Amino acid sequence: MLFTSYNFILFLVVLFIIYYLIPKKYQWMLLLLGSFVFYSYSGWDNVAYITVTILATYFVSLKIGQLYEQQDSYIKENKGSLAREDRKKYKAKINAKQKKYLLLCLLFDLGILAVLKYTNFVISNINSIGNLFKATEISFLDIALPMGISFYTFQSVGYLVDVYRGKYAPEKNLGKFALFVSFFPQLVQGPISRFDDLGEQLYAGHSFDYKNVSFGIQRILWGFFKKLVIADRILVGVNTITQNPETYQGIYVFLGMIFYAVQLYADFTGGIDITIGIAQVFGIELKENFQRPFFSKSIVEYWRRWHITMGTWFRDYVFYPVSISSPMLKLSKFSRKHLGEKLGKKVPVYLSTIIVWSATGIWHGASWNFIVWGLLNCLVIIVSQEFEPLYAKFHSKFNVRHNFFFRLFQVARTFLLMCSIRILDCYRNVGISFKMYFSMFTNWNFGEIFNGGLLGLGLKKSDYIVLIFGIIIMTVFSLIQRKGSVREQLTEKSDVLQYAVGIALFVSIITFGAYGIGYDSNQFIYNQF
Amino acid sequence: MAIAALITIVILIFLQNLLMPKYMSEILEGALISEYYSEDIKDHDVIFIGDCEVYENFSPITLWKEYGITSFIRGSAQQLIWHSYYLLEDTLKYEKPDVVVFNVLSMMYDEPQNEAYNRMALDGMPLSLSKLKSIKASMVEEEKFITYIFPILRYHSRWDELSGEDFKYMFKKDKITHNGYLMRVDVKPVTTIPRARKLPNYELSDICYDYLKKMTALCKENDIELVLIKAPSIYPHWYDEWDEQIEDYASENGLLYINFLKYTDEIGIDFQTDTYDAGLHLNLSGAEKLTKYFGKLLSDEFNLADRRDDEQLSKVWIEKEAFYIDIMEKQYAELEELGYIKAFNSKKNEE
Repeated sequence: MLFTSYNFILFLVVLFIIYYLIPKKYQWMLLLLGSFVFYSYSGWDNVAYITVTILATYFVSLKIGQLYEQQDSYIKENKGSLAREDRKKYKAKINAKQKKYLLLCLLFDLGILAVLKYTNFVISNINSIGNLFKATEISFLDIALPMGISFYTFQSVGYLVDVYRGKYAPEKNLGKFALFVSFFPQLVQGPISRFDDLGEQLYAGHSFDYKNVSFGIQRILWGFFKKLVIADRILVGVNTITQNPETYQGIYVFLGMIFYAVQLYADFTGGIDITIGIAQVFGIELKENFQRPFFSKSIVEYWRRWHITMGTWFRDYVFYPVSISSPMLKLSKFSRKHLGEKLGKKVPVYLSTIIVWSATGIWHGASWNFIVWGLLNCLVIIVSQEFEPLYAKFHSKFNVRHNFFFRLFQVARTFLLMCSIRILDCYRNVGISFKMYFSMFTNWNFGEIFNGGLLGLGLKKSDYIVLIFGIIIMTVFSLIQRKGSVREQLTEKSDVLQYAVGIALFVSIITFGAYGIGYDSNQFIYNQF
Repeated sequence: MAIAALITIVILIFLQNLLMPKYMSEILEGALISEYYSEDIKDHDVIFIGDCEVYENFSPITLWKEYGITSFIRGSAQQLIWHSYYLLEDTLKYEKPDVVVFNVLSMMYDEPQNEAYNRMALDGMPLSLSKLKSIKASMVEEEKFITYIFPILRYHSRWDELSGEDFKYMFKKDKITHNGYLMRVDVKPVTTIPRARKLPNYELSDICYDYLKKMTALCKENDIELVLIKAPSIYPHWYDEWDEQIEDYASENGLLYINFLKYTDEIGIDFQTDTYDAGLHLNLSGAEKLTKYFGKLLSDEFNLADRRDDEQLSKVWIEKEAFYIDIMEKQYAELEELGYIKAFNSKKNEE
């Protein structure tokens, strides 16, 4: 059930009405039921996968929690008689047990993800190597990736690790835990929530709050505008260029790069706007996932502002554990000894960064394109960190750090750099991606786009007009957002203006949205991750 | 809040009227269904239902002029049998004719065919239970029910192809047909008749029979004579096997069935002069010949009274005749001047 489908809108309206009609203590149950109804639309086998993940994570986290309780009561009971060393030993013993359970469950949860998402990728690589030796090809598995598996698996893993770390006690009610993992608005494309942020909000009852509901609806409408008016309209141009690399090279690759940036931004942030808006309508506040990323002045800043919950997830559950793991500490010691203090310190940090970015890449998709994409991001981040002293020198000599044009240059540079890396997301393999990228510098066909080329991409003049206006509106909203929530700012304006904006947004979506017959019904891009 | 909602609704209604196709200067078939509802007097002796083989082949004006029979054709392009059934059901809410004439060609289609034709059959109907049931029965896979209730959701993307016509006919449309008859005076003689391809199965489907049975029952309930016809269009080919099945059905149910293809000589149809598209449909000359023939049969068989003495009716039908002659003369004039009729030049002349 697509967020932008009529069925989903009907589902949402029905759920909303019942939600505020029933007693508050039953609201979370309704959300759980709604989440499973929503998910069942993607197929009952998918329901089975998410259920298995929920059950495994639930029981293992309970066990880990019980071990904490056992440890606490043992220490409490033997407070007087237990020496510090003994206490430490006992804790280590419990921790070892907890670790076993943790690893077992991680292996299980991530194993499902790995088998479903990466088996065919592994088979295709084996076949490629086998082809060199004329070996018989292995058949691909006929498995469809369950909707949102990467998101709910990461959310479950984060929860499990937090319970293991003793950050909070495990949720004892299976239904409530199931709701945390399966809460339908965030199931398909995030944001990846943390239990201590979301849990209580899901389970506490919510009274109808006009502001929350109207803000939620406004946010949903804004998401629809971005998705239907901009992303799904520009998609035709992106597909025409990227699916025909033999025909569209040079300046078209550049256009495709920019178009894709717009599409991805409007699609993903639009989807998250809808997600956050839906949650807000039910009185639940989800974490923001974006903070005007295209205004970033460096790639590090960009990744702090783009898909924030994924970035922080990788930081907390991959980067930190890897950085302080005993092999990494040994490596740190070794490298400092042999490479000197300065360089030696960097080795484990950079190695952890490479691991994180490889994981981020492969998380985005089971293909070499995404692995290379992750590594390129990593490379740029490491290089820019290495160049930091050079930048410092430059800024001490030329005082342009606060100069508007220099900042504009930084924003444009970061945007183009990210577009360049993202090209790997557009073409079917790494080789073609690089070939197309370099064609921008070798195939000088700039004039073609004004000789009918632009109108040969499947987009009409009217499409370009809508897109230009849409992008301007999106940019203006982002600029206004720098002063805080656009909706809050709007409430300070006159009622007439508030309603005019709402009506204009709604009518624009209805009229200029790329939906219905003649347009493909498009999944959100991040659904497939 | 309520005012904002009201303003939004008004804007959307305005936009919907603007964006919906008007079918006034081309693809005139799209305008057929709605015309019935703007008739002041819905009192007809005969109602025709069916596809292009009724709205191109029978002329209600001729029926009136020759026999004083009032009639209306509730036809639309590639009207399928469920469209016909629900249109009839809807029509019976407004009037009870003596005779309903159903063209059986659509018995050959047992599943929804095409969104464009669905739209032509359904968009013109006002919202009613019959319409809702018809939508449900008609939709092809890519269609959404809600887009029939709120057509703006279907036609929203027409904003970049709006013309003066869309503004002119936003709230009121011109009359295009003559009680449902879409006139064509041009001639394209039959040269070759495509060979009928062999079919794997000649059985008319159960779903079509179900609707035919429902139609028969509906007419019986309302004391209406149902007449089954096959218009004298040469193709799509009407197989003998199909004809036999309809004959059997008619005799089992005590219905009159006339396959006009068997009487073309008796009617006097000359496929060199009486068709505008080489045998698919009759032109004005052919339609008038067929209507005269059928009108006699209708009056004899069902004792339909000659109502030309009814002053009120006569007044209305005189106006209709005048419009009929006006359009006929315009078409002849265009034909002479341009060699074609403007309204039909841009479209393909097939269903």
